[in-house]
Amino acid sequence: MVERAPVLDAVCHAILLVGVACVCVPLYLAFVAGSLTIGEVQQVPLPWLPGDQFVQNLRTAWTQANFGRLFLNSFIVALGITVGKIAVSLLSAFAITYFRFRFRMTAFWLIFVSLMLPIEVRISPTYESVANAALPVQWLVETLHLSQVWNAVTGHSIDIQLSWNMVDTYPGLILPLIASASATFLFRQFFLTVPDELCEAARIDGASPMHFFWTILLPLSRSNIAALAIILFLYGWNQYLWPLLFTTDKDMATAVIGLKHLIPRSDSQPAWNVAMSAALLTMLPPILVVVALQRSFVKGLVDSSK
Amino acid sequence: MAKPEAGLKRAHFKDVRLPVLLLLPQLAILLFFFFIPSFRALGQAFFLSDPFGNTVHFVGLDNFAQLLQSDTYHESVKATVVFTILQNLLTIAVALVLAFASDRVIRGRGIYKAIILLPYAIAPVIAGILWAFLFNPAVGPLAHVLHAIGFAWDPNRVGSDAMILVILAASWKHVCYDYIFLLAGLLAVPSSLLEAAAVDGAGPLKRFFSIGLPLLMPTMFFLAVMNFVYGFFEIFAIVDAVTQGGPAGATNVLVFKVYVDGFINLDLGSSAAQSVILMIFALFMTLLQFRYVERRVSYDV
Repeated sequence: MVERAPVLDAVCHAILLVGVACVCVPLYLAFVAGSLTIGEVQQVPLPWLPGDQFVQNLRTAWTQANFGRLFLNSFIVALGITVGKIAVSLLSAFAITYFRFRFRMTAFWLIFVSLMLPIEVRISPTYESVANAALPVQWLVETLHLSQVWNAVTGHSIDIQLSWNMVDTYPGLILPLIASASATFLFRQFFLTVPDELCEAARIDGASPMHFFWTILLPLSRSNIAALAIILFLYGWNQYLWPLLFTTDKDMATAVIGLKHLIPRSDSQPAWNVAMSAALLTMLPPILVVVALQRSFVKGLVDSSK
Repeated sequence: MAKPEAGLKRAHFKDVRLPVLLLLPQLAILLFFFFIPSFRALGQAFFLSDPFGNTVHFVGLDNFAQLLQSDTYHESVKATVVFTILQNLLTIAVALVLAFASDRVIRGRGIYKAIILLPYAIAPVIAGILWAFLFNPAVGPLAHVLHAIGFAWDPNRVGSDAMILVILAASWKHVCYDYIFLLAGLLAVPSSLLEAAAVDGAGPLKRFFSIGLPLLMPTMFFLAVMNFVYGFFEIFAIVDAVTQGGPAGATNVLVFKVYVDGFINLDLGSSAAQSVILMIFALFMTLLQFRYVERRVSYDV
């Protein structure tokens, strides 16, 4: 729209500058607080200029919260969720859109239903399932009275106890967070827009389904995969409730959980300087990902609506 | 050629074993970590069990009846409703103003957008910690400003202050999400419409209110639903880090209460009944999303 409205434009710039300030001022103040000594951080009002203790506070936080280990855990969990979810989603979207088989629609609806319940509402049964992933099998054994059947048939008595504990393991942290099919739907939508001629040509050339998948479909999906990967990495890195519940071993916690333990709870020794420097440190990896991959990030955000 | 099937490519393969193998990982994960837990939550809601799970009685709808009679549950519902509505209004209003301004400016739009989007990358719990510090009544710089202008701010003692703090932290983190969708919607408004209106003498504000805003309505509705879902579930981290549901239950929102009742008070039946209620809500919200929201958003924001 070509039109002169200098006053309105100035107002718009002012609004955006206020918006930018609302984002930046809290981060700046966190940085200032993170660079002071514990005595200085308790001054009222807080100084406007940063002090020289930032590195020192980071070092304190790093050792106090065992961040070396926790960052590694966060990376493993975030990457595990990203790679795992994209892999299973690509495969199942491929199966649903490119194959005709008997239970295609059943599979579709089973996956569809899983979009509806976030992990927060099924947290305690999910916890039980993962604390003993063999529980359903155990339940099946008990409901079918398999041991009595065995007893009746063979005359031997056995007691079947199954257990597979995933507490404090990476699969236990990762798998339940993969169990939502949002990515499957994204890929399904995308596959439906891929021209039919590509598949026809591949079939005429005698390519097997997996060959078609690897050499044609996957390269075409690259930008969708990249966009989704960013969103999923953030999702995995920023997870809170599940790792909080699920890690009893301090060495298996993730970075955001470690950060939680640095929040000053009593007023006696409020080490906000250490907490703030640690907060900045913990938000750094996701921010770097977003800043570096801005374009894909926006696409992923709008695409996956998550 | 067979009759086309919904969601099936016209050019497809006819294999039986391969698609089953392809679906297997997804379905196995869903079975173990989604379907079984969801059904168990449904089951648990109708039983009363002691904390060690040794004895279990079928109690029918007793868990639900008790919940509906309990005052703390009523307060929790009230806190949740207040939080989600205020958070929703604040987030959408701020996002709309920012989106309008970004649509209008040409120079610097990319930079503004990049900075305003940053909080999306920040975990809710970190947003909570930042704001807890800024508004900490003893050391927080913003609390100091409030005290200086004569406002006796103390989220540790005053329930409404704690609620405001949680709403601010949640909105700060979430405005960027609504903003990107609204900006995409505004940029997608057909320029022929805007030009016609301009020729008729409508100024930029007039055009926004009579063309842009009506066209954004579906997006706004979608965002309202998403904000409710966000408010309901993601709020957990902020509440846990900032107020722990206090003071005196003022910020004891439903997801936090499920967690406290289930994992700290070990009242599994009640916690499961609350889960079931939340499930019904989540189901309802998801259906709304799919039923009413046709999103057509261009990606070239």
